[in-house]
Amino acid sequence: MNLVVVLFAIFALVCVSSSILMVTRRNPVISALFLVVNFASLAGLYLTLNAQFIAVAQVIVYAGAIMVFFLFVIMLINPAKEKKFLEYKPQLKIFALVIAFLVFVQIAYIIFVAHPSNDVTRDVAQSVKAGTVEQIGRELFTNYVLPVEAVGYLLLSAAIGALVLAKKKFQ
Amino acid sequence: MQIPIEYYLILSAIMFSTGVVGVLIRRNAIVVFMSIELMLNSANLTLVTFSSYLGNSIGQIFVFFVMAVAAAEAAVGLAIIIALFRNKLTVNIDEINIFKW
Repeated sequence: MNLVVVLFAIFALVCVSSSILMVTRRNPVISALFLVVNFASLAGLYLTLNAQFIAVAQVIVYAGAIMVFFLFVIMLINPAKEKKFLEYKPQLKIFALVIAFLVFVQIAYIIFVAHPSNDVTRDVAQSVKAGTVEQIGRELFTNYVLPVEAVGYLLLSAAIGALVLAKKKFQ
Repeated sequence: MQIPIEYYLILSAIMFSTGVVGVLIRRNAIVVFMSIELMLNSANLTLVTFSSYLGNSIGQIFVFFVMAVAAAEAAVGLAIIIALFRNKLTVNIDEINIFKW
């Protein structure tokens, strides 16, 4: 048992349990806080995969910016306690679980049939090199400079669109 | 000892299925939105896994773009939820049926 395996086990456990808790809690604020835990454990998983830049970006962008959005909107519109919808429509819950189980079986079937560990073996030195900020920055600003510009315009237009939508306009 | 790549992929599949359950059973539009973020993140985990195991940084660059698009999507989606709340005074997706008549 080396450190990477232990870390993977801990982070995977936290990740799965926090995602399940997020879906099942009734209060949206508690769901949002479990989502933050889930994002943080995902950042840890990215570190076990030697993806330093993505791990830091995950913490800053998801656990920071996007979750502030969510908590801010929850605070702003103060949603009433979710109605006990599932109590009088239990067949919907069963239907959802069956659908999700089918999706999971499909993905797991593909993974086990393709059996990717036959084809890919991890070269640790190379994967460390692939995840550095230097390597990603070089790729982003040479080969992918046009998509970076496009993403900049996308974020600008999304910010303007969000302002226009949330403005007090109709009634 | 190395972790086989399947472990990461199965973890990502579990997270994706949990997100599917969340989208289907929750009635609160904000929580449905958070479940969609969960599914996006599981796809990101798969991309980073393959990128790391193949020793190629393209997958991580794609994850960077996915994060940027997810941020834009969250901004616009939450603005739509606020606008809906202004009009209908609810975020319960069963009561938001203004496209249906």
